[in-house]
Amino acid sequence: MSRLKVSGVNKIFGNGATKVQALSNINLNVAENELAVIVGPSGCGKSTLLNIVAGLEQATNGLVRMNGVEITNPGADRGMVFQSYTLFPWLTVQKNVEFGLKIKGISKKERQGISQRYIELVGLKGFEDALPKTLSGGMKQRVAIARVLANKPEMLLMDEPFGALDAQTRVVMQEQLLRVWEKEQTTILFITHDIDEAVLLADNIYVMSRRPGCIKEKIKVDIPRPRDHRVTVSPRFSEIKKEIMEMLWEESQAAAMQR
Amino acid sequence: MLRERAAIAKQFNKHRRLALFSFIIIASLWSLFSYGKLVGELFLPTPGAVVVAINEMYNEGILFEYTLASLYRVTVGWLMAVIVSIPLGILIATSKNAEALFGPSIEFARYLPVVALVPLTVLYFGIGDMQKFVIIFLGTFFQLVLMVSDVVANVSRDLMRAAATLGASKWQQYRLVLLPASLPGIMDSLRITIGWAWTYLVVAELVAANSGLGYMILKAQRFLATDRIFAGLIIIGILGLLTDYFFKWMTKVVVPWSEKAGGKS
Ligand SMILES: Nc1ncnc2c1ncn2[C@@H]1O[C@H](COP(=O)(O)OP(=O)(O)O)[C@@H](O)[C@H]1O
Ligand SMILES: [Mg+2]
Repeated sequence: MSRLKVSGVNKIFGNGATKVQALSNINLNVAENELAVIVGPSGCGKSTLLNIVAGLEQATNGLVRMNGVEITNPGADRGMVFQSYTLFPWLTVQKNVEFGLKIKGISKKERQGISQRYIELVGLKGFEDALPKTLSGGMKQRVAIARVLANKPEMLLMDEPFGALDAQTRVVMQEQLLRVWEKEQTTILFITHDIDEAVLLADNIYVMSRRPGCIKEKIKVDIPRPRDHRVTVSPRFSEIKKEIMEMLWEESQAAAMQR
Repeated sequence: MLRERAAIAKQFNKHRRLALFSFIIIASLWSLFSYGKLVGELFLPTPGAVVVAINEMYNEGILFEYTLASLYRVTVGWLMAVIVSIPLGILIATSKNAEALFGPSIEFARYLPVVALVPLTVLYFGIGDMQKFVIIFLGTFFQLVLMVSDVVANVSRDLMRAAATLGASKWQQYRLVLLPASLPGIMDSLRITIGWAWTYLVVAELVAANSGLGYMILKAQRFLATDRIFAGLIIIGILGLLTDYFFKWMTKVVVPWSEKAGGKS
């Protein structure tokens, strides 16, 4: 059964002369424990789609269902990791990770056990009491991932979470995300404009067209797991990458003409 | 870590030396012009004369009395503005209706020259403390509301959205995220506006008062006691400097996590 079902979603911002259609007839299904990745040129509506799934934004029409239930509001069942750093700067690493648990009313002792587990999972043991301002960008995003996972969401939504990191750190983070995902058995909807990232991570890649964004193609990535950065030099990787690049190339060409 | 801390300390000492240096320059120029009789004593008293004047004021019992009177007025008037403007600023930043309701009139009031309101306030409230409170309130309140609402409006949307996807209700987003995230900016606004409060107080005291540092300066001017005027100015300057240090220290205490609090924690 699919965990997330997006059917016929359209999104129009504004009205009259300032009307912008961001999404056009989006359909996609994400199965339980799937790592689905959406790639598309920037401005094509990826964040808008993810925000709708998160319940932070309403679709103009269409339906989004989680486990068969329609989504209307944001909720702890769909934890989100953003491209911008969203740790609460006044809370220590541990308190950040415990934020959602505290809201749920989980006891202090139990919270500590859970946060400890996820802080270790993302490799930040020893940083429990550090404040966000003392952490590097990569560490901040690891805490953000731990914070969402600690909440035990049905699904993880990630909006270019490694987009602000340098190339080396990004690769490390991608591998770590794969390890975490393998261990945690969780469902992820991941957004990126980086094709390498998409192919390395995904079970299925959804390629989006330029604005108004629609799903152009669904590509199954049949590279065996567990994967790490070494698969990026394999022939199969290059094939899939080439296929996506050509699709996106057409799109960015057309988009450039449009402007 | 240790080396880093040593470097910060070194930098800090260097900055302190520079600050001291600028004070020494000013004091030297002042001494040169006054002791060197390059400027008449009536216009520029010597540092020695100012120290004597301060001592005289101490002996007359007005040094602390006037200073405390002024401090009291600034504190109360400014606190009144703070107490009302912080919730109002937050409300304006978070509610479109509140913005529509209060925004335009506050923008309008902000451009009223408060100094021109002094005569009216004297008419309404006399020349006592209440009139000073009102002037300081009028001078800082409208600005403070706008500053606070700006600070709150500039809190990262993603921070609130992250809280929402962690299960925070709207109210929890305000209480657990918006409020703490606004604190460093609000502390800054407080530090800036209390400086203005001093200016408005002195203006009010210059026009109509029977105690306070502004009043003392006005009285000194009638007797051409420039040394007392300078004494008053220096006391106000020192109080301003101390207030500023106090707020910087408060920022470190209240929001040690802020980038503004400086240093590594
Ligand atoms: N709140 C909004 N109001 C108006 N237009 C918006 C809004 N949010 C996004 N858009 C527009 O929708 C399009 C898609 O944006 P976005 O989803 O952020 O793209 P992506 O994440 O793929 O870069 C862009 O053209 C953007 O300008
Ligand atoms: Mg985006």
